[in-house]
Amino acid sequence: MTALPTAEDLKAQIEAGVPGAMVTIVPNGSPSAQDSLLLDHEHARAVALFLRDHPDLRLDFCSLVTGVDWLDTELTEKVKVKKLAAGPDGVETEQEVEETRKTKVPGYLEAVYHLFSMEKKHGPPSLPVVLRLRTANRSDRNHVPSLTSVWRSCEFQEREAFDLYGIVFDGHPDLRRILMWEGFEDHPMRKDYVPPADDILLEARP
Amino acid sequence: MADDLKDLKLELSKNGIFTTTLEELYNWGRRNSVWPLTFGLACCAIEMIATTMARYDLARFGAEVFRPSPRQADLIIVSGTVTKKMAPQVVRLYNQMPEPKYVIAMGACAISGGPFRDGYNVLKGIDRYIPVDVHIPGCPPRPEALIHAFMTLQKKIEEQALRGESRPRHLNADLPSEFPVPEFGAHGLEPAQNDEVFLNETGNPLRIIQ
Repeated sequence: MTALPTAEDLKAQIEAGVPGAMVTIVPNGSPSAQDSLLLDHEHARAVALFLRDHPDLRLDFCSLVTGVDWLDTELTEKVKVKKLAAGPDGVETEQEVEETRKTKVPGYLEAVYHLFSMEKKHGPPSLPVVLRLRTANRSDRNHVPSLTSVWRSCEFQEREAFDLYGIVFDGHPDLRRILMWEGFEDHPMRKDYVPPADDILLEARP
Repeated sequence: MADDLKDLKLELSKNGIFTTTLEELYNWGRRNSVWPLTFGLACCAIEMIATTMARYDLARFGAEVFRPSPRQADLIIVSGTVTKKMAPQVVRLYNQMPEPKYVIAMGACAISGGPFRDGYNVLKGIDRYIPVDVHIPGCPPRPEALIHAFMTLQKKIEEQALRGESRPRHLNADLPSEFPVPEFGAHGLEPAQNDEVFLNETGNPLRIIQ
């Protein structure tokens, strides 16, 4: 069993092998240090094919696809601003004042792919190569490219992420709900999902 | 049956004369041949299967014949988690059974949703849609608990009077033998419960607190 290259090596290999591909390393601070590679939509399929077919990597097995929901957040930062302000003696002078500035960071949905290699006998317990695809936001721009044409095992799992998170996979051959029924409108694994009222306690009608 | 009749019956049996009533005979026959439906939903079904095998031997109670068709079954043991996607099928199976028919809700999931109660996909108790005769708590209940539930059901059948206001449903043409099948809605099952069936202990319908 050969050890896989690190995320930095992979990034360098991908950028050399797929011209124009934008790869960002998403660091993981936990002891496992499972860094992942964030891909751009345009080159995602080309990068996936490169990782699958590269003779040294041969990442031919996608073991899981999952979704992650990142909510819209509000970033609060304290900024020092120079302002004209009246001093205690009534004379206006330039002073440094601290201001809190709030910026809205839009949330996004993320599809995460775990890759192993059957040919290189690379599998658990060693760490997988992790790919990430992010949508632009959580509401209307929720598309990512499908990797089902690269790894057939993604088909049902991308359908599951579509069903439960509402990520739309462009190029998926059969993108339907897989767990919930047709006509169900919500995406139950999203963090802002509110279950219907039948979940609330019941009392006897008088 | 009146007490003096019971005394007379006892007295006669001491003298070697066996007497009975049609009601007793009818209920005796019914309670000792309750055939369950071959139907399992989750881990409780494994306990149900164990109950029918040699160690626990449900055959002692005349219930060893699990019927593969609802048309031949008298009892549906709802053994396991009823998901919202499965609930219409459970109600439909119950509707397809001929009267008299009984329901045992087996395990925490079947009676209330159990550990999955807060899940988006789990029905919070099958008693929202069909009338349950015996509830068994447990996760999963042991085979002894299922046997106890079965004996409770037998006792219930034995005590049914065939005439009068309290006669069982299958002898009262005014009472329904089929119940509405819930439909898949945009956010969950519609309706969320059947008010005719989902009653509290005083017989009043339960409602949702908003």
